[in-house]
Amino acid sequence: MDSSRYIAKHIVNLPKSGIRDFFEIVSKMKDVISLGIGEPDFDTPWHIREAAIYALEKGKTHYTSNLGLIELRRAIHHYVEKNFSVSYRPEDEILVTVGVSEALDIAFRALVNPGDKVMFHQPCYVSYSPSITLVHGEAIPVPTYAKDNFALTAAALRAAWQPGAKLLVLNLPCNPTGGTCDRAQIEAIAKFAVEKDLLVLSDEIYSELTFEGVHTSIASLPGMKDRTIFLHGFSKAFAMTGWRIGYACGPAALIEAMMKVHQYSMMCASILSQEAAIEALVRGEDGMKKMRDQYHRRRDFIVRRFNEIGLKCHLPRGSFYAFPDVSVTGLNEKDFAVGLLQAEKVAMVPGTAFGANGSGFCRACFATSYEQLIEAGNRIDRHVQSLAKK
Amino acid sequence: MKPIVKLLLEGGSLNAAQLAQVLKLSEAEVNRQLDELKAQRVLLGFRPVLNLAHEDSGVVRAVIEVRITPERGGGFNRLAERISRFDEVESCFLMSGGYDLLVFVNGASLQKVAAFVSEKLSTLEGVLSTATHFMLRAYKEQGFMLEVKTEEAERLKVTP
Repeated sequence: MDSSRYIAKHIVNLPKSGIRDFFEIVSKMKDVISLGIGEPDFDTPWHIREAAIYALEKGKTHYTSNLGLIELRRAIHHYVEKNFSVSYRPEDEILVTVGVSEALDIAFRALVNPGDKVMFHQPCYVSYSPSITLVHGEAIPVPTYAKDNFALTAAALRAAWQPGAKLLVLNLPCNPTGGTCDRAQIEAIAKFAVEKDLLVLSDEIYSELTFEGVHTSIASLPGMKDRTIFLHGFSKAFAMTGWRIGYACGPAALIEAMMKVHQYSMMCASILSQEAAIEALVRGEDGMKKMRDQYHRRRDFIVRRFNEIGLKCHLPRGSFYAFPDVSVTGLNEKDFAVGLLQAEKVAMVPGTAFGANGSGFCRACFATSYEQLIEAGNRIDRHVQSLAKK
Repeated sequence: MKPIVKLLLEGGSLNAAQLAQVLKLSEAEVNRQLDELKAQRVLLGFRPVLNLAHEDSGVVRAVIEVRITPERGGGFNRLAERISRFDEVESCFLMSGGYDLLVFVNGASLQKVAAFVSEKLSTLEGVLSTATHFMLRAYKEQGFMLEVKTEEAERLKVTP
């Protein structure tokens, strides 16, 4: 029997993640230096892990409120107020989720009617476009460019805008480009959102990893709190990817709508992860800053190396990704990445995994040890030189 | 903190060529800076960190709390330096609280450490008392966890 005929049409048509294909090739090889990861190389700081162990010992093994533990929501309130200059009520404006991924998914499910248009900038995190498709929305990519250091410009938004656009997804700093926007650029985006009456979903998961300047949350701009859902989590800054814990903050009516989806699909986030998250917010700042400083220095090194090698690379102002232009080799990003993997066993992710206009670029994660970065740089150098001789 | 010092602390066991690459200096310049740090006594040296439980030689280690009489003019320093010069002494610190010096001692056997304490340390003029604690087992050494297998946690090689 052909069981595939049972699969819903929009799932059949949903493309597989480009990362998946590449993962299949890499996972079969040994001794690969992987710059292909999307997570910190650090394990979660011990005090956070220890807090979760203690919670388990104390018998914290039950459901929590659908919204999440009130202690955690209070901690989120303080953290967001202090670091993002916007204040959300713990009682009804904050929802604890299973990572930003769930927060984004339930936001789409709560807000998007079939056919509604959702704008997002590209290259971007792999799940934005498919998540929009899953709720039968229409995805409208807005390109960002290397010449702008992959910042999103209001001009690009205006050029891509279509009548009926309802939502705008932001991810600043951005995976995979490391691009972000300064305050003036964010203000221009906010002005555009007001003009076109867009609701903004702002995924600020990399905000703590901003190396130059100050991170500005669009939610903190005058008048924007009411038209923004602020999404954040613990994965990147606190090295907690496997805990799957994040949160959404926004107007009470929208949080209530998201909570409806959340309570029927997820109930609540894992209580252990919530307990760990409290510890991270209350006592994790020093450890987080230490990790950020290390990423900062590694970024400076790897970006300099790419440029020395001849792969033009802008300085990513945030995140732990470099996004070098590999087109100078005469190869497209996929052939370059596969060739590099086969010849030198270094994995970088082809930029098109993050959308069509990642074409010509590869993503290199620098959240790895100096030894690995130095060796990877030398191998990439050798590979690029051997390509030039051909 | 100088960039080279930061990198030494962070990078673990990078060699001069690797340090040079990260700092964008010549290898000669890296060596010059290292020499300078040594001359300034900022960088005291490099030593391997061993798991002594695996060493056949069987090193015995003790921590000794020492009470001493401070001297007019010199305070604790003269005597502390004198104690520090013994080969058996690994480290020596002036402490606040119930005693004055905390002395870390290595010896080939229990007897040798005991002999050092009773014959050398406690007989020094100015030493009022000693309390010797033998170390039974190390769990963490200079930042390295012992007896914990550092199994590579299963990590995916490519993730979004």
